[in-house]
Amino acid sequence: MAIILKEVDAVCVGVGFTGSIAARELTKAGLKVVGLERGANRSTREDFALPNVRDDLKYAVRQELFQDTQLETVSLRHTPGETALPIRRLGSFLPGVGVGGAGAHWNGVTWRLLPTDHNLRTHLESRYGKNAISAEMTIEDFPVSYDELEPYYDRFEKLLGVSGKAGNLRGQKIDGGNVFEGPRQSEYPNKPLAMSMAGAIMEKAARELGYHPFRAPAANMSAAYTNPEGVTLGACEYCGHCERFGCEANAKSSPQSCILPVLLADDRFELRTHAYVKELLYDRQGKKVKAVRYVDTRNGEEYEQPAGLVVLGAYVFNNNLLMMQAGIGEQYDPVTGNGALGRNYCYQVSGGGATVFFEDKIINPFMAAGASFGMNIDDFNGDNFDHSGLGFFGGAWISAGTSNGRPIQTRPVPPGTPRWGRDWKKATAKWYNHAFNIGASCCNYAHRENYLDLDPTYRDALGRPLVRMTYNFHQNDFKVREYMGDVLARIARAMNPTIMSARAIPRGNYSVVPYQSTHNTGGTITGTNPKTSVVNRYLQAWQADNLFVMGASVFPQNASYNPTGVVGALAYYAAEAITTRYVKSPGPLVRA
Amino acid sequence: MTGSYEGGNAMADETIPRREFLKGAMVGTAALAAGNPAPVAAQTPAAAAAAGADAEPLLTLTATEHAFIVGAVDTIIPADELSPSASACGVATFIDRQLAGAYGMGARLYREGPFPKAKPELGYQLTLNPREFFRAGIEQANSWTRKTYGKDFDRLSVQDREAALKAMEDNKAPFAGFSSRMFFDALLQITMEGFFADPIYGGNRDMAGWKMVGYPGLPATYREDITKYFDKKYDKPPRSIADFS
Repeated sequence: MAIILKEVDAVCVGVGFTGSIAARELTKAGLKVVGLERGANRSTREDFALPNVRDDLKYAVRQELFQDTQLETVSLRHTPGETALPIRRLGSFLPGVGVGGAGAHWNGVTWRLLPTDHNLRTHLESRYGKNAISAEMTIEDFPVSYDELEPYYDRFEKLLGVSGKAGNLRGQKIDGGNVFEGPRQSEYPNKPLAMSMAGAIMEKAARELGYHPFRAPAANMSAAYTNPEGVTLGACEYCGHCERFGCEANAKSSPQSCILPVLLADDRFELRTHAYVKELLYDRQGKKVKAVRYVDTRNGEEYEQPAGLVVLGAYVFNNNLLMMQAGIGEQYDPVTGNGALGRNYCYQVSGGGATVFFEDKIINPFMAAGASFGMNIDDFNGDNFDHSGLGFFGGAWISAGTSNGRPIQTRPVPPGTPRWGRDWKKATAKWYNHAFNIGASCCNYAHRENYLDLDPTYRDALGRPLVRMTYNFHQNDFKVREYMGDVLARIARAMNPTIMSARAIPRGNYSVVPYQSTHNTGGTITGTNPKTSVVNRYLQAWQADNLFVMGASVFPQNASYNPTGVVGALAYYAAEAITTRYVKSPGPLVRA
Repeated sequence: MTGSYEGGNAMADETIPRREFLKGAMVGTAALAAGNPAPVAAQTPAAAAAAGADAEPLLTLTATEHAFIVGAVDTIIPADELSPSASACGVATFIDRQLAGAYGMGARLYREGPFPKAKPELGYQLTLNPREFFRAGIEQANSWTRKTYGKDFDRLSVQDREAALKAMEDNKAPFAGFSSRMFFDALLQITMEGFFADPIYGGNRDMAGWKMVGYPGLPATYREDITKYFDKKYDKPPRSIADFS
């Protein structure tokens, strides 16, 4: 039997970025908040200390900071007719575990969506006609517009201390920034990172082609920064150990480096680690989550924590799992199209990439910050270019540069080089310091057959069904890739490299083996219609008034951008609605 | 170690299986321990093999498996002017330790059944943990080379070893339970890990892998250097975790 605990004002399931932000805002409003984190505590001083924080094998290859698939994973099938099999070893994506979540081991790329990503369906229908979007492509608008979310993007960027340069300041376009971005009320809180050799090469080539190069917004500190919480982040050392690692210098924004110091010092907040939330106790009649049940992973003891308010801030899969198990909403069915829970699962489509090799230039790939340390263009992103007659919608953010030179995983060799032996050695030694990649991170628009539900066969360590992912790439994805492949080749040629890799467009099924991105989205999407969405614009569950769902699981589809900037902005937006409206008058914030 | 590693490679052509040279290996080990490597020509083949391969005690690999691993990693990364052979860099020791430890025992590997036949895009779907996988793979590789060349893999000439690995890479060696390509890919991956991981794990001895490519290792604090070395070769020697511990 579970031990029943005393009710608290609010519980945050997961203590990553969203859980920390929600907890901070709620405690500031006077609420008593408990943060339940399934993993262990992780602090910069203890866990991310030099020299061992630079252990490439332990962190990057053996996956020290990621979810342990022995305890929990998801299963995959490509179509609804197939039998799903568990992802036995993480590869394609790397969810985090422990305090800080994936926010501790991310790279730091912090985008805002384009204004037209916010009102995607409305925009595409108005520009290309009512019938332009195929019935298979179940894309939606975010119910919150760019302009509405702008102050919250701004707030999240200031929490993180994002390095960058504005390209659109209150409507004024600024060369050197991203001229395609929506209007910003203020400049980035931190100046852009230092220029890398790869970035300089990309900038020159992109300008020659008439594109608009800019530095990606980076939650890697170009200079020491004190955020509005009063927390000071250190300056980035360009160590090339962002993704998959913690940061010893607190120079990469993470819950640890940005917000936990103040949250943990507040006695209205209580952090419980090793507290694995197993289930939400749902009162269907009252449309409330009464309590959460969690397991102390040290001894298996179960606890029931009643709460007035529950913030679901786990990773995408656990947000879905907990809601599906509790039956908060109707499971999506791809045949009838009924049900919203599990609907519009999306990912990121990697556009292959081109590798360029320069005999006479030195790249020093190991001197790098995580956030795509180079130069970007957005000329082929979203609807920044005319899609008439192209047969697809959406685009990609394109970047050239290096995020690391860690040689277990990063050692480019020219096409045709064998994978081993003398010739491999020669090529590796010759080109390691003379090459970099140009990549395209493509959007992934929702498809009727891509969704999440519960696996009928495979179970996790707590005996719960795994989340089953029915997912594959579809026509739109392949066409975006093809198109971007040409763009990448054009850019590569303009760089005039000694050698460039052949145009390689990934075709075929989605594979769980190679890393692509940890940008899983959807399943508990935000919308205006309770029949097709799970949460309203304030991320409040339509079927449970006191349940707020945060993270990329609320995205109606995935734009090409990394999700964290949007996740953080929406967390602030929802937290404000909770503290200014919901706590005063609990109930639905939007009438269904 | 300085200068050419070619001598080591010439010796590797004569690799003597560990199981046979163990008794005669003391000569080479003693020479190494004295920090006084004898001239190549003066060494017996057994001693040369001991000096070329690492002589660390084993945690999990059998003598036959170790001989296979030494032969395989030295074919994947042979000695030349760029680096000593993989085994001389400790890669066989690295693999032994990895397979004996958490990774080998299946850490971070979901192992609940059932285990139906799967498309490759669904990733690893075998019941075996990495230790068991390498046991089964080495056994089949040796059995295939015995059938094809009349000998275990480690006793083949360099040329035949290259051909045998190529056949496995191209999936032309029939294996049971899993493909030879899958085995080769795992072998290649763990060899590269051993050659490029921090030396604390037993491979990348003397940071030979890092030196080969010019990776500076630690502490990787480049706030000043990022500008100073723009388009310039970074000229500081590499350092590893042990140098800061």
